[in-house]
Amino acid sequence: MTPTGTGPLGGSMSLVAIRKLATVVEEIFHEGGPPPARPLRQGGCLAVIRNPYAGRYVPDIQPLMEDLKPLGLAMAQRLIAAIGVTPREIEGYGKGAIVGTAGELEHGALWHAPGGYAMRDVLGGAKAIVPSTKKVGGPGARLDVPVTHINASYVRSHFSAMELGLPDAPQTDEMVLILVMTTGARIHDRAGGLKASEIKGEDGLR
Amino acid sequence: MKAKIRKLIVSVEETQSEIGKAVTPPTRKAAAIAIIENPFAGQYVQDLKPLMDIGEELGGLLTERAVKALGIPGGKAESYGKAAIVGEKGELEHAAAILHPQMGKPVRAVLEKGAALIPSAKKMGGPGTPIDVPLGHKDAAFVRSHFDGMEVRVPDAPRAGEILVAIAVTDSGRPLPRVGGLQKHEIKGEDGLR
Repeated sequence: MTPTGTGPLGGSMSLVAIRKLATVVEEIFHEGGPPPARPLRQGGCLAVIRNPYAGRYVPDIQPLMEDLKPLGLAMAQRLIAAIGVTPREIEGYGKGAIVGTAGELEHGALWHAPGGYAMRDVLGGAKAIVPSTKKVGGPGARLDVPVTHINASYVRSHFSAMELGLPDAPQTDEMVLILVMTTGARIHDRAGGLKASEIKGEDGLR
Repeated sequence: MKAKIRKLIVSVEETQSEIGKAVTPPTRKAAAIAIIENPFAGQYVQDLKPLMDIGEELGGLLTERAVKALGIPGGKAESYGKAAIVGEKGELEHAAAILHPQMGKPVRAVLEKGAALIPSAKKMGGPGTPIDVPLGHKDAAFVRSHFDGMEVRVPDAPRAGEILVAIAVTDSGRPLPRVGGLQKHEIKGEDGLR
């Protein structure tokens, strides 16, 4: 990605100005129980961008949604690379946004479409809705990003979450946009319910 | 493997602009973190050598992970730092045993040099406790543009009988350094200070 604060991803007229990108990857070997043959990996990609609508009420905010599409794709690709797997090995996902205090919660909602479609694109057509959450917060605010199976929302073993945030963001006129992906079930999953092996994958639910 | 690792975390930050001004090239920091079992939780043990051995092992492992996440050869790293948080059933001295006697050598082996002291921080804490890993230039501690820190935090660690061990490595100094002092192109890198 071009290292500039003004629209490297959407052309010179893009509303997206990036201050910072971050990735966090966890490799979990066990949580007190028998370590599985393959450790679970889960990761988040965070982008800190300027909120072009901060400080005032702007009726039409949808232009940013369009301009966020290239950033979403770049973040999804960066995240898979950081996790160190192929797209086929991703089994869970989620997304979220933290809006700085000069913005409104509604600005965070602009991330729904570009964030979700970017992950579906990169993962080759995942069927389930991408679970999400959002809040308004200051620097250091943390977000528990919900995670579910990419093809069937009811797969109980994959219900999870990843807490993410950055000490210096969001500033008042910024937003932190987040994507999360995981490589499988919770580390010692044994709470029953629909299994990944049982899904039909038709309606995105079961 | 001497350390009993529950999980490893690698975190990378890339700053592309600061206060609206582009940072070219972007500054990048990586922290690699291990959550390990504290073999001496809940008891006073006089001889801490096993923790020193764990420190040596993690020095290599975590530095390799951090450098890999930055995508650079070890010799291209510019600054470094280390830190530990001991869960409530341990003691602060456990962090010292991991960080100080034996950790530095394998860190420097990965980074090819490292004449300067590796700055460090330690504390006791519970799950989610943040710690600011201090950062300094790896070959000359007085390089002012590289005085920095990286906050790390793991929501579920350290549990009471665990220790969080972190190593941070960068390929750069602060985003827009302009407070003068020793510059990196001026260093001799002999005594670790200048």
